[in-house]
Amino acid sequence: MPGEQPREQRPLKIVLAEDGVLLREGLVGLLTRFGHEVAAAVGDADALRTAVADHAPDIVVTDVRMPPGFGDEGLRAAVELRAARPALPVLVLSQYVQRSYAADLLDSGDGSGVGYLLKDRVGHVEQFLDAVVRVAGGGTVVDPEVVRQLLRRRRDPLAALTPREREVLGLVAEGRSNGSIARELVVSEAAVGKHIGNILGKLDLPPAEDTHRRVLAVLAYLRG
Amino acid sequence: MDDARTPWQALARGRYLRSAWPWRAAGYLAGGALTGPPLLLGLVLLATVGVIAFPLLALLGLAGVPAAALERRRLRIVDPDPAPTPHRTPAEPGLLAWARLRYREPATWRELAHTVLHGFLLWWVDLAALVALLGLPLLLLTTPLQLALAADDEVKVLKLWLVTSHPAALACAAAGAVLLPALLYPLGALAGARAALTRALLAPRERELRTLLTEVTRSRARLVDAFEAERRRIERDLHDGAQQRLVALTMTLGLARLDAPPGPLADRLDTAHAEAGRVLAELRELIHGIHPQVLTDYGLAGALADVAERSAVPVATELCAGLPRLPESVEAAAYFGVCEALANIGRHSGAGRAALTARHTGGALLIDVTDDGRGGADPAAGSGLTGLADRIAVLDGTLTITSPPGGPTVLSLEIPCPVSSPENSAP
Repeated sequence: MPGEQPREQRPLKIVLAEDGVLLREGLVGLLTRFGHEVAAAVGDADALRTAVADHAPDIVVTDVRMPPGFGDEGLRAAVELRAARPALPVLVLSQYVQRSYAADLLDSGDGSGVGYLLKDRVGHVEQFLDAVVRVAGGGTVVDPEVVRQLLRRRRDPLAALTPREREVLGLVAEGRSNGSIARELVVSEAAVGKHIGNILGKLDLPPAEDTHRRVLAVLAYLRG
Repeated sequence: MDDARTPWQALARGRYLRSAWPWRAAGYLAGGALTGPPLLLGLVLLATVGVIAFPLLALLGLAGVPAAALERRRLRIVDPDPAPTPHRTPAEPGLLAWARLRYREPATWRELAHTVLHGFLLWWVDLAALVALLGLPLLLLTTPLQLALAADDEVKVLKLWLVTSHPAALACAAAGAVLLPALLYPLGALAGARAALTRALLAPRERELRTLLTEVTRSRARLVDAFEAERRRIERDLHDGAQQRLVALTMTLGLARLDAPPGPLADRLDTAHAEAGRVLAELRELIHGIHPQVLTDYGLAGALADVAERSAVPVATELCAGLPRLPESVEAAAYFGVCEALANIGRHSGAGRAALTARHTGGALLIDVTDDGRGGADPAAGSGLTGLADRIAVLDGTLTITSPPGGPTVLSLEIPCPVSSPENSAP
């Protein structure tokens, strides 16, 4: 499963776009220190497009807000890049919890190989690197904070879930595998599987063994 | 005191003589008589200087401006209605721009006319009226006193009659006592006429008032725009500055935590890292409150959906997705309006559900926020709502609240606005 790859397994070729110099240099340092190759680190959306064309990276890591307009140029570029090459993994770093941003990204391509993380997550170095590897491997990663917003949306159906089931649902929506959820909650994988079965049943979602498909189904449901 | 607004109105009421109006009328006329001579002198001087040094004649044209300003102030003695300046504020700084504007304004020439009239004629009238209507009866009234003080036991009253005996002096005084209140009426009438003339010439005409109003409205709109621009600037500065540095800091702390051997140091770093994370989350909320970037990137529809999701009370949203992009100021006013409305519902209404509808029809944005709470909301009580109403009024919009006791409360917001870019609607 993509989510279970250890990060040391394969050095990734990364194109990074972030207009803040301080953060860009920091991210380059962080990614190279853990064995990845930053093929290009750029500061605006046009340079990002050029860099992706030049380097054919394994994954693109980009900021949402970038010059020249300081709107959502980075996100637009990411969506465009995925329209041209649907399998291109893209991890978007953002300062916005608002659902609309993540929704645009999740709707690009088939929803696999995308990640939407708040920049806060960069500080959780291991989580961040894990997310980079998972997205590069075709997984879907959604920031816990954004998932929390999504869970607030559909209050009525979700009221039928137990608190533990809601917790598990949130972790599934973040793109975590059963093993990862089990470790997070300090329970057995079997218990997680049982919770997930109950959740899918209560929400009328089809049972799915494949982590990835389940993540997409849950996200689609929460966004619905 | 009485509620008369002008000397004429005061005259028509029975209490005129016992009110302060005769005093005010006399004071007003006395002021006119006193300001007349310096005015005459000034006008003659300016004209003379203008004949010698021709360019200085230009000053004469503007002589009415300060004189009229004084006259308008003086008018308050007998006319409490406001008489604002009919002049506009120059768009550019500098004396030349000011003079150029003044020369183009009709009010300047009316003021000059009034000033010339005042300097050459009106103050004489004021003076004559004061002497005849006030001085004369007072002189009669004091005849006995004059007789008592006279060295040769005779007084020539008004240079007409010779009074030598006390009964005759008393008769004169009696005549004065009758004349004084009687003549106060024409005095009041004259003051009223003077005030009416001053108002007619020096107060702004309706067209000028309209211009002034337009100017004030525009400047208010500019102020709101500037306020909005300032919020965006602060948001951008925080985003590019503090927020970025904090992210870099948490990254450094995160790395340090990985490098530190297990022990107290790692624990401290853990704490610092968590604290920096909390600050970052708080800063994110703060920045969002100052100016929600989602409003810029996704428009009102996306931003309203977000507010509705974050609301403490569940909100059913309707039609929001079909909203077109609207002018920035309209989107911002509507967004903050809905935020305030939902916040109030969460705080005060006791409602279990709320509904939000937003649509753009007939060239206007219409938003309704309804809740099933206890009602009885007082729009005057919340300063937040008053501020919002002001903000919406700048855009020629209206904010109405109906909240009968027992509910439901409906807050309606209507802002007329064209669609700025129809193709860019909600995601």
